[in-house]
Amino acid sequence: MLKYWPVLLVVAALLPLASSSQFLVNLAMLTAFSALLGQGWNIACGFGGLTSFGHAVFFGIGAYAVAIMQTRFGINPWFGLPAAAVLGAAAGAVLGAAAFRAGLRGSYFALVTLAFAEVFRILANSLEITKGGLGILIPLHPALANFQFDDRREAYALVLAVLAVAMGVAAWLRRSRFGARLVAVRENEDAAAALGIPLVRTKTQALALSGAVTATAGVLYAQMFLYVDPSIAFGADRSVEMLLVAMIGGAGTVWGPVLGAIVLHLIQDTARLLIDTPGFAPMLYGAILLVIIAFMPNGIAGLRLPALRRNRVRDA
Amino acid sequence: MISLSILEAGLVNGLLTGGVYALIALGLTLIYGVLHIVNFAHGSLLMVAMFGGWMLVEWAHLDPYAALPLMIVVMFAIGWGLYAGVIGRISGGDDRRILLATLGVAIVLDNLALVLFTGDTRTIETPYQFAVIEAGPLLLSVPKLISFGVAIVLALLLWAFMARTDMGRAIRAVAREPDGARLVGIRPGRIFALAYGIGIACLGAAACLLLPTFYVSPQVGNVFVLTAFTIVVLGGMGSFPGAVVGGLLIGVTESLGGLFLGESLGPIGISLVFILVLLFRPTGLFRAAR
Repeated sequence: MLKYWPVLLVVAALLPLASSSQFLVNLAMLTAFSALLGQGWNIACGFGGLTSFGHAVFFGIGAYAVAIMQTRFGINPWFGLPAAAVLGAAAGAVLGAAAFRAGLRGSYFALVTLAFAEVFRILANSLEITKGGLGILIPLHPALANFQFDDRREAYALVLAVLAVAMGVAAWLRRSRFGARLVAVRENEDAAAALGIPLVRTKTQALALSGAVTATAGVLYAQMFLYVDPSIAFGADRSVEMLLVAMIGGAGTVWGPVLGAIVLHLIQDTARLLIDTPGFAPMLYGAILLVIIAFMPNGIAGLRLPALRRNRVRDA
Repeated sequence: MISLSILEAGLVNGLLTGGVYALIALGLTLIYGVLHIVNFAHGSLLMVAMFGGWMLVEWAHLDPYAALPLMIVVMFAIGWGLYAGVIGRISGGDDRRILLATLGVAIVLDNLALVLFTGDTRTIETPYQFAVIEAGPLLLSVPKLISFGVAIVLALLLWAFMARTDMGRAIRAVAREPDGARLVGIRPGRIFALAYGIGIACLGAAACLLLPTFYVSPQVGNVFVLTAFTIVVLGGMGSFPGAVVGGLLIGVTESLGGLFLGESLGPIGISLVFILVLLFRPTGLFRAAR
């Protein structure tokens, strides 16, 4: 039975689509959304070992791009979606090219990503086009043609579809030459360079790919909640959520972010039932992160269960 | 146009604030110099120190400056214990795991404070919090002058400790060459915890110096943490004079940024300095003094 857990997971993910319980659909949607965010981070940071502490920058670019395009220029958000993904990829390429060319890695790369997100947060807070601290409210026109949803199940189905694409990207990374190069860079940069792997280019491409996926998640967020403001979009909490989901589930694995998102939401809802104080659930996340670092550096997906082992990334 | 006297006031004010920034950055640079990781829990530990100082003032009715020596000792113990008991122990000496462990500690501390104290903003009242001294055309805030003076004295003391004492030499030896240090009988594991403790002790002092002029809340660390990172990167990671000069420079940058760019866009000056230095001169102004 345990052997077929991914199948079971997929079936479990599809069940809420047939359910009329708003609570269940909402829970499933938020979990799938967290998994998507985690996968966005995982693509560059799990597979490539780039410790980004500011991934919200891509999320916020996607969310603001689609919000500004439809409220200012009347562009249909379905066209906004690919445009936002391209912008996210471009941001990843620019940040990556600048940072990796300067030879930043480890702590320094974490710092520069943090600062990038902060610059964007301050800009969004100050500029007229983003309506400053007020944020952008997207007018309500519920219709699938407007990328707005009457029924939560439609939104959930879309999140699942995008998550499937993101997991397809991760699966491709596990099998492709590009993915193998990326893992080699993570494991040992000097050895990878000696083998002729172009470090700057490989890492920049990974960050651009990750930026595109994360920006797409931002678009989904904007269309689901119809509101963006600077701290929702670029706040440090968002960056930390992505990192936690991927780290807890298993960085550098295809299923890790999904497992991480499930665990995180289970903890969140149980914690809320027990002690409903703001800060209690996130405190648990931090503690779990410490436990994971101490005992399971490869996350839940790294546990040595036979059915899980196949999904681990081969060591370079 | 901004008049010369406002400019002068902004300059002096920034310089005075920069003193405390320098102290915060000194702790960060010491930890980086020895452990070679950026302590992402720095802001959260400053917040812990500020709550500690706040409790001493509100509950034990101490003057914040009288609480200062006590907070230095308390924060040293917390920092030492945190490294010996948590960060050093769980990370197995792997840089990436230490980095993530400091982030984990930050998340736990920030939210623990939120649980214990709620998100409210707190301030203390002292008889001298609005006191000013007239110096020519300028009005200087007394608590800011005191914090600047004390910060500079503490920075000099820390420098003397590192340069003149055996313990300071041992820390510098481990920073430069852990294996060599082990050969002459120094235990790097202990020195790591010691350096982390001293770095955090700086925050105990900085917290008490900030209390009379600043508020306390569970998020207060975020106000200072990016600034402290910027200072350390600007001054050169691991460099003592770099942290002091960087602290004063950033204090002035922030003050003038607020003056020219306005309240909401002002803080961008620091982030931009930070990114530019990282990209074009990641070694900073001063090369790390070993």
